[in-house]
Amino acid sequence: MSLTHEIGFTLNGVQRRATVGIETSALEMLREGVGLTGTKYGCGEGECGACTILVDGLSVNSCLLFALDCDGREITTVEGLAGDARAQALQKAFVAHGAVQCGFCTPGMMVQATHLLATQPHPDAAAAQRAIEGNLCRCTGYQKIVEAIVEAGQALAAGDAT
Amino acid sequence: MSGSDAFERYLAPTSLAQALAALAESGGAAVLAGGTDLMPQSRAGRVRSARMLLNIRRVPGLEAVEVDGDALRLGALATIATLLIHPLVRRHASLLSEAANHFASDQIRNAATLGGNICNASPAGDMLGPLLALDAEVELASLAGDGSVRFRRLPLDGFFSGPGRTLRESGELLTAVRLRPASHGQIVRFYKTGTRPALDISTISIAFAARRDGGGRLSDVRLALGAVAPTPLRARRTEALLEGSRLDAGLVAQAAQSAASEAKPIDDVRATAWYRKELVHNMTRRMLDDVAHA
Repeated sequence: MSLTHEIGFTLNGVQRRATVGIETSALEMLREGVGLTGTKYGCGEGECGACTILVDGLSVNSCLLFALDCDGREITTVEGLAGDARAQALQKAFVAHGAVQCGFCTPGMMVQATHLLATQPHPDAAAAQRAIEGNLCRCTGYQKIVEAIVEAGQALAAGDAT
Repeated sequence: MSGSDAFERYLAPTSLAQALAALAESGGAAVLAGGTDLMPQSRAGRVRSARMLLNIRRVPGLEAVEVDGDALRLGALATIATLLIHPLVRRHASLLSEAANHFASDQIRNAATLGGNICNASPAGDMLGPLLALDAEVELASLAGDGSVRFRRLPLDGFFSGPGRTLRESGELLTAVRLRPASHGQIVRFYKTGTRPALDISTISIAFAARRDGGGRLSDVRLALGAVAPTPLRARRTEALLEGSRLDAGLVAQAAQSAASEAKPIDDVRATAWYRKELVHNMTRRMLDDVAHA
C-alpha cells in the first residue's frame, strides 16, 4: 500500500511541494525525493544526530520526523546554512581546529551548533558539549569540535567572522 | 529504507472537534504528536491495529502552558524543551524541568511532547515518575453524542495499565496535564541512571516530592519509581514510612530498603533485576541523605 499526500513547505528559504508516503521520514524526503544529501542517515533512531535539521528554527532529528508533518513549516538543512554568518564562523573554526575527520557527523554538528549559537551566542565548553549530546562523532573524540564551537562564538562576538 | 506503509489514512485536523470525530470513527488511530517514539515504532511494525495516522499538531492551543484557576495546566503538545525552559514550569513544577534536563538530547527535546511521553506509557518514560510525584491529573477529551466536546479528568496514578497501555479509550485524546503548583517548603528531587548522561533510556529513575515543616517533619511524601515494573509506580509503603517523620540516618536506611522491596523489576538488555533493585536502594538512600542535609 503506497498512499501518498502532497505537502508544501519552505526549504532553505524556497517554497517547495513534495509528494510523500504516510511513513516517509523527512530525512528520506530530503535525500531521496528532493535530492539534498548533505543531511546524513546514520542510525535512523534519533541516537546519532547526523540527520539534524532545523524546523521552524528548532533542531530536530529528521529521521524521527514524519515528512507529512513538514507541511506548512520552514525547513533548513545544512545546504541552507551556506550563507548564514554563524554557520560560516563554525565552518572556519571547524577547519582551523581539525574538527572534521571522516566528515559524516559534520553536517549534523553544523546544524546543531548553528542552533546553539542562535540561542546562546557565546557558549562555553560545557554549553557546547551539552548542545551536541545528541550528535555522535566516532573520529574526533569531540574535543576539537567543542573547541571549534566555542571559538566560533568568540569570533562572532569579535565581529571578525567574515 | 522505505518500509511498507502500515497506515491507510492520514489526517491532520485543525480543530479539537475534528480530531475527536476522526478518532471516534476510525476505531483506533495512532496519534502523532512529536513522533520521536511513533516513527521508530511504526518502522518496526509495532503500531498494531491502527490504520490511521492522526496528526494532532495542527490543533490549535494544545501546546499551551498556563495557570488555570488553582492548577498549572500543561498542554499535551508542550515539548520537553518547553518544560525545561518555561518560566511557569520552572516556578511551579521544577521537578518537571529537572527531569526534562535529563531527557534524551536537544533534538529530541525539541520534538518530543509531554502527552506523547504519557500515552506512550513506557515504564521508563522519564516524565512519568515526576508527574506521579506531583499528583498530576490527565485531561481526556472525547466527542459527546450531540457532537460537543466533553472532558474527563483522571489521576495519573492508576492511568497506566501496563507497558504501552493506559486507561485512555480509543475515542479519547489526552489534551493536557493538570497539577497543583508547588507550595512553599516543597522539596523535589529527580534521579535517573543510565550508562551515559544523554539519550539513554533509564535503567531506573526516582522522583521525590514532599513538604517539610519548620520542625523538619515531612508531609505529602511522594516517591515514584521508573523502569522497575510494568508501569511507573508509587512506592506507597515507603511514602507511608516517611510521612510525618524527620529524616535521620536510621530512617533513610529503612526507606532505601523499603523502596528496593517495592521495586518489581525484570532482567533486560539494560540491567538485571538484581542490579535495578540495588540501584533503587542506593539511589533512594543517596537522594534522601541529600534531602536530609539540604
